[in-house]
Amino acid sequence: MAQDFPPAPNPPRLVNDFTGTLSAEEVAQLEKKLLAYSDSTSTQVSIVLLGSVGPYDIADYAFQLGEQWGIGGKGKDNGILILGAMEDRKIFIATGRGMEGAIPDALAKRIVTDMILPNFKMEAYYQGLDQATDMIFKLASGEYTADEVMSEESPVLGILFVLFFILIFIVLPIIKNRKDNNNHMGGRGGGIDFWTTLFLANLLGGGGRGSSGGGSFGDFSSGGGSFGGFGGGSFGGGGAGGSW
Amino acid sequence: MKKILIPVGILLVLGILIYSKAVGTYNQFVQLEEGINGEWAEVQTQYQRRVDLIPNLVNTVKGYADFEQETLTGVVEARSKATSVQIDPTNLTPEKLAEFQQAQDQLSGALSRLLVTVEKYPDLKANQNFLELQAQLEGTENRIAVARRNFNESIKGYNATLRVFPNNLFAGWYGFAAKGYFEAAAGAENAPKVEF
Repeated sequence: MAQDFPPAPNPPRLVNDFTGTLSAEEVAQLEKKLLAYSDSTSTQVSIVLLGSVGPYDIADYAFQLGEQWGIGGKGKDNGILILGAMEDRKIFIATGRGMEGAIPDALAKRIVTDMILPNFKMEAYYQGLDQATDMIFKLASGEYTADEVMSEESPVLGILFVLFFILIFIVLPIIKNRKDNNNHMGGRGGGIDFWTTLFLANLLGGGGRGSSGGGSFGDFSSGGGSFGGFGGGSFGGGGAGGSW
Repeated sequence: MKKILIPVGILLVLGILIYSKAVGTYNQFVQLEEGINGEWAEVQTQYQRRVDLIPNLVNTVKGYADFEQETLTGVVEARSKATSVQIDPTNLTPEKLAEFQQAQDQLSGALSRLLVTVEKYPDLKANQNFLELQAQLEGTENRIAVARRNFNESIKGYNATLRVFPNNLFAGWYGFAAKGYFEAAAGAENAPKVEF
């Protein structure tokens, strides 16, 4: 399953053409345009062109790819993925959960049928994508604006907690063992020995651990020359597509 | 006296540890189960959305006098059947889920038959109202697919957590049981390959 999806680009890029359909210059131009939009509004619009989605429905493939790459900000889910399967001659615009209001399915459908398909039929791929992203920008404007990246929960508390447990279960027993070595059990010890404690402490730590939050990578508000990375946005099935 | 105190101490510590582990595991189960309930609600919402679209669709199609009544009644019947099968999230057994899925699949079948029949009616196919409904129906099917996949993934995590040792012991005590999956649509095998 997993190998059906390309890994997220590294270094991160918004425009990913695996097929060589667009010239390097066109890719750079689209990247620049999408990056500027992402920097000013935090809405991440990504373009992916690949050969074939194989057994997948293109819509389903788009949602899974968008979810895996995490296009859009975490919690805001303001990502949009324009996925083209060039050999299948199919395209799909997937809207993140947070974008479904700004770009409902019917409008996504209109962008596909009015802007992408006519251009793609004439092999004017760049023009199609250029016009489609222009329209998406217009629709999405005002829905989200750039904001400060919220500081992640500080890990200090967790470390203190762990240290506390080490102190209680490991350090104190050792100190105690050293001190009252004069028990009547023969040999030293008498408390619980180090390894048992460690084992039990591990056992204790193993419970209750909930799901670990999917960390977002990169600080994409930093702007500058290159794209900072996808933020962990989620896709709920919004969008529309077509074939040319 | 002191000789008794040491084993008692060990037992006490062991007891506390097992207790904490038991509580931690219980809470973990509860959290996972709540996640599943949320996903299930999403699945039901999306299926409900589809059911709600159907009266409009049927009315639009009905306007075309010569439209085949058989196909229409098929959709209406499948719809009422699908609405009658509802599952409480506390009762997500594999059998119940299979029943739910069967009713919904029947509705999917009736709907796709309707959409195929529409191909024979060019006027209807060009009807703006119908086109709108068709787009909404497509969007709903997409959302159903996503909701179902998310639900299945939550179930997978839950079932896997439930079955590993020593969680399986705790699960037995607390009465947490494995839950059912949505089955993949038939015919998904031996399909072409993905190319990047």
